[in-house]
Amino acid sequence: MRLDEKYLNGLMIAGLLALPLWAVMADQPFTITLVTRAVILALAAVGLNIVLGIGGMVSFGHAVFFGIGGYAMGILAFHAQTYTALELGLFTTDGTKFMPVIWLVAMITSGLVAFFIGLLSLRTSGVYFIMITLAFGQMFFYFAISWAQYGGEDGLSIYVRNDFPGLNTLIPIQFYAICFTLLCVVLFLFARLQASPFGLALNAARQAGTRVETVGLNPMRLKLLAFVISGAITGLAGALFADLNRFVSPTMFSWQLSGELIVLIIIGGVGRLMGPVIGACVFVALEHFLGELTDFWHVYLGVILLCIVLFGRGGLIGLLTGKEGAHV
Amino acid sequence: MTLLRIENLSASYGVSQALFGVDLQMRQGEVTALMGRNGMGKTTTVKAICRTIRSEGTLVLDGQDLHVLASHKVARKGVGLVPEGRRCFADLTVRENLIAAARPGDWTLRRVTELFPRLGERQGQRAASLSGGEQQMLAIGRALMTNPRLLILDEATEGLAPIVRQEIWAALHRLKQETNVAILLIDKSLKELAGVSDKAVILERGRTVWSGVMADVTQDISERYVGV
Repeated sequence: MRLDEKYLNGLMIAGLLALPLWAVMADQPFTITLVTRAVILALAAVGLNIVLGIGGMVSFGHAVFFGIGGYAMGILAFHAQTYTALELGLFTTDGTKFMPVIWLVAMITSGLVAFFIGLLSLRTSGVYFIMITLAFGQMFFYFAISWAQYGGEDGLSIYVRNDFPGLNTLIPIQFYAICFTLLCVVLFLFARLQASPFGLALNAARQAGTRVETVGLNPMRLKLLAFVISGAITGLAGALFADLNRFVSPTMFSWQLSGELIVLIIIGGVGRLMGPVIGACVFVALEHFLGELTDFWHVYLGVILLCIVLFGRGGLIGLLTGKEGAHV
Repeated sequence: MTLLRIENLSASYGVSQALFGVDLQMRQGEVTALMGRNGMGKTTTVKAICRTIRSEGTLVLDGQDLHVLASHKVARKGVGLVPEGRRCFADLTVRENLIAAARPGDWTLRRVTELFPRLGERQGQRAASLSGGEQQMLAIGRALMTNPRLLILDEATEGLAPIVRQEIWAALHRLKQETNVAILLIDKSLKELAGVSDKAVILERGRTVWSGVMADVTQDISERYVGV
């Protein structure tokens, strides 16, 4: 049976609404936390999907932006909760516990770092691009380890989850509602971006860089803008992830995380709107259910990934819809 | 007024020199046939105009030296290229191919689909799934969507069925009659070229060896330089 992709997308969204509501009724708060984790990872992967899926850039360093978002949240909340001043060169702040401000800082910081990383790394392509983004990832990872002021290798704990007006974010379903809403907003933006002249030009640049130049488009500029938007979204996800765990650590910068984000997209379907969502749900489900059975659950993940790469190049969405690519 | 002025243009692929002195002038609204046997430098001249290869000499579009511009900026100055081999964006639909390249101007999606009704009928179809002729129409439509002042068509009818070739030549005649765009044509069909072109420039071994009014291209000149 082949499903229409639009129905499948609708089903996914319905599932992400229904499961937490069931968990509330069944008094299963841990299930809500699991789905929240999946939603946040999906959000990060949607960010990566802009550069990987539309732009064809295999960034192996997207954990940088995830980590920056996490540390933006951690540092701002740490100073706000410990009533210590955060000195930022010309001005001093007391930090903040207000989520929208934290998200804004996370997105701006991640976007800025993405701009500078993109400026350097987008001069390369293929395996060199993968390696240079990986190198940036490792630089940030080791910087975080040596950043003793904010916990170094041990990371940084936040006592209380940050605030959002009108909601009690410590109640799992309410925090989930925030994450789910943000995911929906970003998915909407992704769909708009993919169909916009910018998204189409980015897609065209992925297919043929020289050819887009002859129609007046600058592939470097297109890719850089995509990289910045992508980094900002992944940074937002990092801030939410840190809030979910109330903890940030250098592992948020790790290359394994960068790899996992790529894996999520491949499982779901590269360049597909809901590819990262379905990939994140499968990943978190495997991590939870197989993780209870064995510490080596990644082996099974590897087998699934292998099968998808060999037999279903459009990811799970491609298998379910019978369409290998977004336009086939 | 001269739109494109090329004087003593030379270009190389690495150590191998391909152009030794190309001269070509085009005016707005004029159709020029760039002729010559295979390997004489026609496509290289086009690549030099579009700045996809390095070149030396005079290369001026409407008073602007193209040598100081990057390839995408040349296109933005008004040079629209229909490359050899069509080269549409295979994964995008017809509509998306056209929108991706669009810039403000007289040429819109509607006008392009009026010129090529087949494209209108297949707007939602992937470029890769189109026939060769439809892909060629799409390549021309995509170039028109950039609203060029100079449209370059490199072997636009090569390998196409006669009926499709007729459609493309008819579209070129319409472009000539209804717009003020200058067109630089490379094609093997001398008869069709003669029907639409105002002027001809003939290249041999990377040099301009003949230029003048198309009507002056005699059988002798044609056989001598083009082999037809």
